[in-house]
Amino acid sequence: MTTPSQTVGPFFGYALPYERGWELVPEDHAGAITVTGRVLDGAGEPVPDALLELWLGETGTRGALDRRGPGASGFGRCPTTPDGGYRFRTARPATPYLALLVFARGLLRPVMTRVYLEDVPDPLLDSLEPALRATLVARAEGTGTYRFDVRLQGEGETAFLEF
Amino acid sequence: MTHPPYLSPAYRSTLLRAPSRPPLLLKADPDTIELTSPVFGHHEVDEHEADLTRQHSGEPLGERIIVSGRILDAAGRPIRNTLVEIWQTNAAGRYAHPVDRHPAPLDPNFTGAGRCLTDDDGRYRFVTIKPGAYPWRNHHNAWRPAHIHFSVFGTAFTQRLVTQMYFPGDPLFPFDPIFQSVPGPAARERLIAAFDIDATEPEWALGYRFDVTLGRTPVEDS
Ligand SMILES: [Fe+2]
Repeated sequence: MTTPSQTVGPFFGYALPYERGWELVPEDHAGAITVTGRVLDGAGEPVPDALLELWLGETGTRGALDRRGPGASGFGRCPTTPDGGYRFRTARPATPYLALLVFARGLLRPVMTRVYLEDVPDPLLDSLEPALRATLVARAEGTGTYRFDVRLQGEGETAFLEF
Repeated sequence: MTHPPYLSPAYRSTLLRAPSRPPLLLKADPDTIELTSPVFGHHEVDEHEADLTRQHSGEPLGERIIVSGRILDAAGRPIRNTLVEIWQTNAAGRYAHPVDRHPAPLDPNFTGAGRCLTDDDGRYRFVTIKPGAYPWRNHHNAWRPAHIHFSVFGTAFTQRLVTQMYFPGDPLFPFDPIFQSVPGPAARERLIAAFDIDATEPEWALGYRFDVTLGRTPVEDS
């Protein structure tokens, strides 16, 4: 029988984040992109105590946690700042999307979503009405930066997934 | 139904953070990256990180305990070489976190964070200090039962689990909206470690057993 989920709570900050967890690839990695945004609650207020995890679908050449040396990691972790902000520097995934998990105080289980880098024909995107579809597509901002906000509740609420 | 509902009004922080729509149920195809999960190498986690009582120059205060168990999939098979992370208060109920304002003493010899990889049987083992109960501001006279936070990876990203391990017989259980958010006594019971005489070491430390069973992956039908 499955072990139930419980909230990550407010005090994970000295335990779960690890050094350079947000940097899946080094700064000089060819084709590196930045995915950045904010986590917002049902009142549109920033969520300063969320933890985001990004998964590319493969562990990468230097391991999931290891940030030493060149190469890429397929996993990253970033706590939000007081203004709800987060960022990841990552390689482009083989798929049109990255998998994203958000944990927070007040979330008794995480929310799972996808960050699509482009609005492309896709079985999931194509199944959604336009407003919901738009919540999964990052906004390209200049060179290699993609903005993706997570709205937990209310207007513009992000489409969350389960399998 | 095992997991708590997102909206659990007695836990006030859920009110503005619980999504209003249920998650979209997605059919997994073979390319779905959520069917895979990070693989962890032994060079990435030091074995000393599993002993929370030896991270400083002196010994922490409090009751030394051994917490061990297995990480299993829905069919009861071990999840090998997977990352298990824990964090907790010290014996006095205080987190080594700047946001924790509980006027209980910090322990210079205890940080309260550890991690390890499971072995070939899915087994993990931590040596730590029994954490304390602590107050929070959810409601008048709100206290969290003593607990250890656990973070566990499965073989699929969809199995990712963060939970809390409690201790047997805690008188605070009926009053804690986070523990009580789990539907039904049988599911709540699975969050309570068992005292384990076999894991207990003579003249040294009590043992507690806490097994974690992860959810089904989308391609498992049993
Ligand atoms: Fe806690």
